[in-house]
Formats: sequence, structure tokens, C-alpha cells
Amino acid sequence: MRIVVASGKGGTGKTTVAASLALVAGEAVRFLDCDVEAPNAALFLNPVIKTRQEVGIQLPVVDETLCTYCGRCAEVCEFHAIAVIGKKTLVFPELCHGCGSCTLVCPEKAISERLDVLGVLESGRTPSGIDFAQGVLNVGEPMAVPIIRELKKWDTISLRGEISLEATSALPGRSLRLEERSPRDDIEIRDAPPGASCPVVETLRGADFALLVTEPTPFGLHDLKQVVEIARELGLPAGVVVNRDGIGDNAVEAYCAAANIPILMRIPMERRIAEAIASGQTLIDAAPEYRARFRELLESILARAA
Amino acid sequence: MKIAISISGNKLDSPFDPRFGRAAAFCLVESETGEWSAHENPALSASGGAGVQAAQFVAQLGAQAVVSGAYGPNAFDTLSPAGVEMYLAPTGETLSAAEVLALFKAGKLNKTEAATHAGHHGGAH
Repeated sequence: MRIVVASGKGGTGKTTVAASLALVAGEAVRFLDCDVEAPNAALFLNPVIKTRQEVGIQLPVVDETLCTYCGRCAEVCEFHAIAVIGKKTLVFPELCHGCGSCTLVCPEKAISERLDVLGVLESGRTPSGIDFAQGVLNVGEPMAVPIIRELKKWDTISLRGEISLEATSALPGRSLRLEERSPRDDIEIRDAPPGASCPVVETLRGADFALLVTEPTPFGLHDLKQVVEIARELGLPAGVVVNRDGIGDNAVEAYCAAANIPILMRIPMERRIAEAIASGQTLIDAAPEYRARFRELLESILARAA
Repeated sequence: MKIAISISGNKLDSPFDPRFGRAAAFCLVESETGEWSAHENPALSASGGAGVQAAQFVAQLGAQAVVSGAYGPNAFDTLSPAGVEMYLAPTGETLSAAEVLALFKAGKLNKTEAATHAGHHGGAH
């Protein structure tokens, strides 16, 4: 069961909700911080990071002695990251998405690939026993998606280091193992980046449920709608958490009713909650009465996504 | 000499378009004979890498010089090895392609030897 906590608008409380949801999810839960431009769930969950691995994309390297300047690589590149001009083949690394099409189509086999490191994946366990991994995009790199894609390949067993990463990427064994687990015993919570662009789509892709945290303001609603559209496009069931309930207006509520999206939880605007979060506490530690409410939220998600 | 002028139309008297990668079209003029043709810019709707694509396009058209209002680093890095000279036309006033051509022929346009601005957002979305 893969639950993505997303929002559209930044600062609505994704990480607040995701961290508390993970803490009530029991033994077999893993947490992926997919907000690789600014991962901050570790501030609340305090994992002990045990492994670090560089990740990136494969950039084309053209062997000029083999290249005949036929231009097939430039034609196939959707991002115009490779250009053939007369007797020169130029590569623009910052435009490349690492899809490998140019390497595939080159009739002369003149293109090889090299890893261009974009960031790191870090993993470990939290004191409460959550298997935790986060992607960290290097400063100045524009492309978050390749890191999120790699991060999503991690599962509990690889996080615990019981088998190597190479083994987990072998698909048949991996899918067999996942089939043997019941959704309740295998919960993955992905903390999504803000926004509604490629990194959010990649975080949602392959998930089972989209939990959308919003605030009852025109900004919250505007961006909520965008993420709802993405979830629908991907065929994901969705539910809403209204954070800072009591501020703003009733438009989020009206929208959810009209769009038939359930509001699964409301967290009122309270100074004590804001102060606790600001000091690095999780919501359920700061306000223990929320523990039972987050369990209900999880049960509700499990029932809806089943 | 073949010159490509970035324009926002399909005629010699169409307005000059000061953007290079995102120009609507290019007017290809043979400066000696005055023979011209208009070509839609395939990079206009590119999600990224418009400068690279437009540069390849004008090079394939056989242009030996381009006149536009600005060149980003990727456009510059593609046009330079192609041996296409880059000229700058004034961007503040509304000129037609024909007027830009006249300025070019009169030697009143400056060539640029470097990108004129930093890159846009690439293809990161």
C-alpha cells in the first residue's frame, strides 16, 4: 500500500501529516521523503542514516571517431539536448533527461553513457523503527525526477540492507515478494514535493492513494485542484486533509463536496500545534489525542484504496 | 550570403521578432539577389532546448548569418561551431524584416561573440 501525501501549495502540512501517519502505521512501514529539493521529514522522524548512494542520469558521450553525423540522435531527442551541426555533435547536459534514446538509435554505436551525479539517496531507520529514505538533490541541479525515480525503487528489505540494491531492482523477485505481503503489512508513505509539476507526478505514479493536505484558503484550493487533476489522470483514489481548519473560507469544503472527494481529517488552526511543529515535534507527540485520529485516517485510507 | 532573420509573420515586411529560440518564424534572405522565403520555427512550442533546435534549424536552412535580438548560451554554442554568424538588431523599436535587412546590408548591425543572456529553465519543468 503506497500512500502519497501531496498538496500542491507548499507549507500546508504535508510533512506534518506524513510523519504522524508513518508513526501510527505499525511495524512494516517505510517512509520516502520525495521532496528532494528540500527534504525535511528527517527533522521530525530523526532517522540514523546508514547508507548513502550517489544517483543521477546517464549522459551521452559521443565518440567522434565513430560518429558519421547522420543526425538520428538529434532527431530522436525530445529535449534537444543533442545537436548535430555539420561535422560536430554537441551534447547539452543541462537539457538531457537521461532517457537513453540517442544511444539506442545510433546506427554506429558511437554513443556511450556516463553517470552524471545529480544527488544522493540516504537511508536508515528511525528510533521508532520506521525504515526511512530520502533523496537529496544537489544544489543547482534542476532535475528532481531521476532522484525520485531511484528513491521509489527502495523498499523495506533493501533499506534494511538485508539484500543488495542490485537484487531488488531485478523485477521478478521483487514483485513476487510484494505480492506475498498484505497491504496492511507493507505500507509505504511518500512525502511529496510541493507544486504540481513533474516531480509531483513522479511521486504519485505507481501509488495506491493520494492524501492531499490543503488549507482552506484560495491558494490552498487553487493548487489542490491541480493535484486532484493529476491523481485522476493517474487513476488514484484521493482524500483530503484540511489543515489550519477555521481560517480562510468554505471553498475547499464546497469543492470537495462537488468533486466527490472525501475530507478525511481536519486539523484546526492552533498555536500549540504550530509551536510544537516549529520546535521539531511531530503532531502526535505534541497532541497525543491525534494518535487515535491518525489511526482512523490510516484505516480509512486502507479501506478506500483496497 | 544567406541570412536568417527572426520574424513574427511570414512575409518580408512582417515584424522583426527579437527572440531567437522562440521566434515565430525565420525569414531566409539571399542578400545579393533579395530572394527570400519564410520558415516556421519548429522550436516555437518546444518544452525545452528551443535555442538548440532553432539553431540547428537555421543551420540546416543554409543560413550563414542570423539576425535576432538575443542569443542564449545554448543557441550560441550551437550556432558558433556551425559557423553561423550572429548579429543583433535593435529590440526597442518596431522594425520589419525588410528594414532589419536594410540595416544589415548597410553594415549597421553588430555581431555578437558571446551569448547575450543567461539560459532559461532548460527542460526541468
